[in-house]
Amino acid sequence: MNTSMERIYNGIVKENPVFIMMLGMCPCLAVTTSVTNAIGMGVSTTAVLVASNVVISLVRKIIPDEVRLPAEIVIVASLVTVVQLIMQAYFVELNESLGVYIPLIVVNCIILGRAEAYAMKNEVLPSLFDGIGMGLGFTIGITILAFFRELLGAGTVAGFQVMPSFYKPIDMLVKAPGAFLVLGVIIMVMNAWGISSRQAELVSGDGCVGCAAEGNCAAAGKCDKKEEEAKA
Amino acid sequence: MSGDTSLIVIIVTAALVNNVVLSQFLGICSFLGVSSQVKTSASLGGAVIFVMTIASAVANLLYTFVLSPLGLDYLQTIVFILVIAALVQIVEMFLKKTSPGLYQALGIFLPLITTNCAVLGVALNNVTDGYNFIESVVSGFGTALGYTLAIVLLAGIRENIDESDLPAPVKGAPIVLFCAALMGIAFFGFSSLS
Repeated sequence: MNTSMERIYNGIVKENPVFIMMLGMCPCLAVTTSVTNAIGMGVSTTAVLVASNVVISLVRKIIPDEVRLPAEIVIVASLVTVVQLIMQAYFVELNESLGVYIPLIVVNCIILGRAEAYAMKNEVLPSLFDGIGMGLGFTIGITILAFFRELLGAGTVAGFQVMPSFYKPIDMLVKAPGAFLVLGVIIMVMNAWGISSRQAELVSGDGCVGCAAEGNCAAAGKCDKKEEEAKA
Repeated sequence: MSGDTSLIVIIVTAALVNNVVLSQFLGICSFLGVSSQVKTSASLGGAVIFVMTIASAVANLLYTFVLSPLGLDYLQTIVFILVIAALVQIVEMFLKKTSPGLYQALGIFLPLITTNCAVLGVALNNVTDGYNFIESVVSGFGTALGYTLAIVLLAGIRENIDESDLPAPVKGAPIVLFCAALMGIAFFGFSSLS
């Protein structure tokens, strides 16, 4: 049980995918216009992540190393299609507002990243909890981002009016540039409080850290440093 | 004549008005990760233009002639991602054989593009928008052009930022995100074009 709790803590706090690892940035910025969207996206991603971690962990000994990545992509893409069909059937409205970002869960770095970094090397149960932890971390991360954007940008939270009527919403925050701005401010505050994150490495380096294509780049000689670290 | 104008509209819309990075948030990982130097980001942009145009064409053909007639629309996500992954491999092998110069310039970026969500995003959007073959190719090209424009501009800004004296908390990701936000506001100006 200890490992399970440790995996969940790791996903939510220590390696939070949004604020610390800075993975899965595309949906993180795109769907955080409202808390409802963010939670919908978070739950869908968590479902795919947990299922893909379990499936990949189950078949990890059967997959030959050379076709590891294509095999993982097929598993993830199938699971995403399942989620997409469920959304179309039962959550029509949410599906419409999330649009293309639901199928794009396939290329979410978090999912392939966890598959590569954790599920390929570990037993089923820890992988399950790793998926739950990372999924929760992602959901909490994007919900925080969405909370600030919706509160200040539209004066509402999950569709309910919370700001007093004299408050004039800052439209820009729910539009595209606001996403960059709010995430930038949150990370700046975290930096000021001394919460070290890997983003400095990520942004100043070659962008390979924790990225799903890391293995590929390493083959192309781009992530030499990372490779050496891994060996050491 | 009207056909030509609508193609120009598609290019302008894809590259500027609905800029793939700044207003649709696709390809953010590489946008933030591979934008520290103008030279590398321009090469990545070149590779993206190459792959995205071909991928749009192939995805459209597959959708029109295989998936749609067979009623397998729901398989589009799986099929498209596999097509893109395979395509990237083929393009890489083809370039290695036929044009070593180009391979040297674009080669290392090609594997990265498989997981670039902008490529898959364009293929899926083309289907949603009901574009025909020519329109899909043009939209793929325009989107890639917009991506290249955004990443090269950001790299240009970041090269200059490196030399300036920033407060410690803003260093790293925050300043890059702020620059992206300002670029996004600037690109808003194009929305009146549509």
